[in-house]
Amino acid sequence: MNLLLTRNLSKVALAALVVLLAGCQGGVLDPKGQIGVMEKELIITATILMLLVVVPVILMTLYFAWKYREGRGEAYEPKWSHSTKIETVVWVIPIIIIAILGVITYKSTHALNPYKPIESDEEPITVEVVSLNWKWLFIYPDLGIATVNELAFPANVPVNFRITSAGTMNSFFIPQLGSQIYSMAGMETKLHLIADEPGTFDGISANYSGHGFTGMKFEAIATPTREDFQEWVAGVKANGEALTTERYEALVEPTEYHPVEYFGTVKDGLFFDIIWEYMGDMGRIEFYGKPEYGAELPEGVILPQRERTVISHESEEASH
Amino acid sequence: MNLLGKLSWDAIPHDPIVLGTLAVVAVGGAALFVFMTLAKKWGWLWREWLTSVDHKRLGIMYIILALVMLFRGFADAIMMRTQLAVATNGSEGYLPPHHYDQIFTAHGVIMIIFMAMPFMIGLMNIVLPLQIGARDVAFPFLNNLSFWLAVSGALLVNISLGLGEFAMTGWVAYPPLSGLEFSPGTGVDYYIWALQISGIGTTLTGVNFLVTVLKMRAPGMKLMDMPIFTWTCTWANVLIVASFPILTAALAMLTLDRYLDFHFFTNDLGGNSMMYINLFWAWGHPEVYILVLPAFGIFSEVVSTFTGKRLFGYKSMVYASGVISLLGFIVWLHHFFTMGSSANVNAFFGIMTMIIAIPTGVKLFNWLFTMYKGRIRMEVPMYWTIGFIITFSVGGMTGVLLAVPGADYVLHNSLFLIAHFHNTIIGGAVFGYLAGFAFWFPKAMGFHLDPKLGKVSFWCWFIGFFLAFMPLYVLGFLGMTRRLNHTDNPDWNIWLYIAAVGAFVIAIGIAAFVLQLILGFKNKNKNLDKTGDPWNGHTLEWSLASPPQFYNFAKLPEVHDLDAFTDMKEKGTAYQRHASYEPIHMPSNTNAGPIMGLLATAMGFALIWHIWWLAGASFIGLIVAFICRAYASNTDYYVQPDEVARIENAHLDNVAKG
Repeated sequence: MNLLLTRNLSKVALAALVVLLAGCQGGVLDPKGQIGVMEKELIITATILMLLVVVPVILMTLYFAWKYREGRGEAYEPKWSHSTKIETVVWVIPIIIIAILGVITYKSTHALNPYKPIESDEEPITVEVVSLNWKWLFIYPDLGIATVNELAFPANVPVNFRITSAGTMNSFFIPQLGSQIYSMAGMETKLHLIADEPGTFDGISANYSGHGFTGMKFEAIATPTREDFQEWVAGVKANGEALTTERYEALVEPTEYHPVEYFGTVKDGLFFDIIWEYMGDMGRIEFYGKPEYGAELPEGVILPQRERTVISHESEEASH
Repeated sequence: MNLLGKLSWDAIPHDPIVLGTLAVVAVGGAALFVFMTLAKKWGWLWREWLTSVDHKRLGIMYIILALVMLFRGFADAIMMRTQLAVATNGSEGYLPPHHYDQIFTAHGVIMIIFMAMPFMIGLMNIVLPLQIGARDVAFPFLNNLSFWLAVSGALLVNISLGLGEFAMTGWVAYPPLSGLEFSPGTGVDYYIWALQISGIGTTLTGVNFLVTVLKMRAPGMKLMDMPIFTWTCTWANVLIVASFPILTAALAMLTLDRYLDFHFFTNDLGGNSMMYINLFWAWGHPEVYILVLPAFGIFSEVVSTFTGKRLFGYKSMVYASGVISLLGFIVWLHHFFTMGSSANVNAFFGIMTMIIAIPTGVKLFNWLFTMYKGRIRMEVPMYWTIGFIITFSVGGMTGVLLAVPGADYVLHNSLFLIAHFHNTIIGGAVFGYLAGFAFWFPKAMGFHLDPKLGKVSFWCWFIGFFLAFMPLYVLGFLGMTRRLNHTDNPDWNIWLYIAAVGAFVIAIGIAAFVLQLILGFKNKNKNLDKTGDPWNGHTLEWSLASPPQFYNFAKLPEVHDLDAFTDMKEKGTAYQRHASYEPIHMPSNTNAGPIMGLLATAMGFALIWHIWWLAGASFIGLIVAFICRAYASNTDYYVQPDEVARIENAHLDNVAKG
């Protein structure tokens, strides 16, 4: 019995070791960006801290189960059931570990806040991300281009992502660069990532969104320099058609394994149109007015107005 | 008006796998029907079991329900693992998304709601009233009704296999995916009504057992004298009463969205799916503690019994369970750190989640120190317990890791998460229920099961678990997210193969368990438990015959100690013959429960298929049946002293013979 348990324990240890080694094959333990590197370190620190309790518990379990089994003639105290000393120790040890971990958690959560811009001397680039059924639309508002299922940016340049959805909820995730964030219709979420070295990384949706979900993948290309990136942009402009409102509406139709597409020009403010498609009936809510959430409109963009503005109309009257 | 609503011949799936399953179920059902008819057992089944208000029989029926649903849910698991093992390198596999997406949704719903919950409630039904020296629960008819509402929900899930489809949303059914716009079929409606009906049954169970514990304890038993399993069940019931109404409300709002064009959770017209996600987990997180706390109680009973010792740190255990219950309510946001909450909000919920590790760690140490200076008998329940401590330590650790928001940002929704919660739910709850099953089986059924097969079953589950789920941790680190239909990454293949092998090893464990039951019933008479106290137990259930007398206690026991029965054995007051007995007041069986369960099933089915006349008729039927029951006068009877004396003396003679 005991031998078998021990053997299983070594199996666990082996699996844990393999997990650590597995970092060499891509995925979140093989990060290629600052955020991902910090998250990997956080995972390792937290795990080691917890192993300080978990390993002794497992070893003591096996040892006690072996030592005090029937027929070995060890000390037997059937009524012994309380010891203030032991009880204090068993409360205090987890409290200390969790207190340390709590401090780490508080600090790391602020440091890794996906909404926090990455500090860098380089001028960041902005990408607006829209999850559609079942593909990703990337709009570069400053460059006036858009792509489907292919994302590019220069390495060592921070990328500010503004994320929404035109349908079901998804999660925008490039495992080797770090954090993911949900994409939700009628709402804008933010994410800040950076690639420390050039490369092509897998991008996925990490939240199930219907039967085409498995095919909702994209490639994230970190180009070696800004010049390489400009070349990519020029390629998009040269190959691409215009992403007009009509063309966008055709793109919204559900598709699976959508091929990469390039759009050389994009309707100004398309990203806001997509969010406001759902929010239009609510009037312009305060959320977007708050400076800290910052969604200032690009110049010349007029928010879509709908017929049904009864609520705001009435409140205007009331204020007169 | 169409009398059958949306129902038509097209509702029957044409998938060969589904049709094959239906054929097997039909043949099996027909064989059972013929057997029951030939053996003239229908009347017996109805009078003795289906209409029974006896908590012990209801408990057994709950566990039968749980085992049936375990087979269904496990079949889903095997299909998923084989699909993912063959659908590698871009191959499509044998399950298209339309089928596969239903399978993973059904697997989650079935395992949580219709396997784990009935198993837990079944054990609680059998044991809790006996442990507190009560003759039944506070509301015996309500108990029967709760059971039938659970069956009703389970029936709806199974009907969806042959008529229409099940939800393709994942077991959490997040809108807007679960809204009418993206899920226009009947799948989500099956989900809603199955959960809604069984959820109401669960709420009633929570109320019932809370009242039982507060009002029906044996004379002398203070709250802090209650056996630890009863205490952990009590905390679970507090959680049920506080959290299940949230589920009911969230599902009701989703229902209004889908049926009456409301916009609580839709994308447009001011709806917000985040509200559903918050509400769902405000129920969903306490739910996992509802599952695992009673399992902790079982391990505590098992450890103290098989070490032949008092439980170390009983008070710590009770308070630790209470702290876990309270904290369980303020951690729900850790299920969606990636929604975009501020760093302070995420940090708060992360740290609250970690704090739960403190009382849980205390429990682990208390089990350890119960073993310390004990005299450990390595019976089957003890195997499950030691297996649990090892497995659960790993699962708890990965849980705390996921509670760190910075780690969750890369591990959220990955197979690491899948590995983690299976690690705690299988390694914690299911191992606990199987320990409880082995521990109380002789008590409930009156005979022993073969311990060798029990140990085979344990080892297969234990090794199979590590084979099936350790690779999932690795795959999570490699960036594989959950609910993928097929994969195209050669680095992942080996881990997917190992996981599939693990699932089959667990299948052998389940087969050994079934064989154990079959042989157990076959050799029943050779393995009778005549004394009622096969393990030298500490608590009152072991003072009764196996199976216990239908009235439980001929005279209510006087309790002077936490380990009440050990105390009696030491003072020589156990197994007393009494010269005379009082008449015992008992509840009568009632057919109101099964009838209402049937009507609830009909109502749910009608609502799913928009058969409005049937929905209305069965709803009115439910009300009428309830009123009839409320005004019924023949709901109880007295067991006469001579009958009590006869039964008691027969048992005491058995005990004396040893």
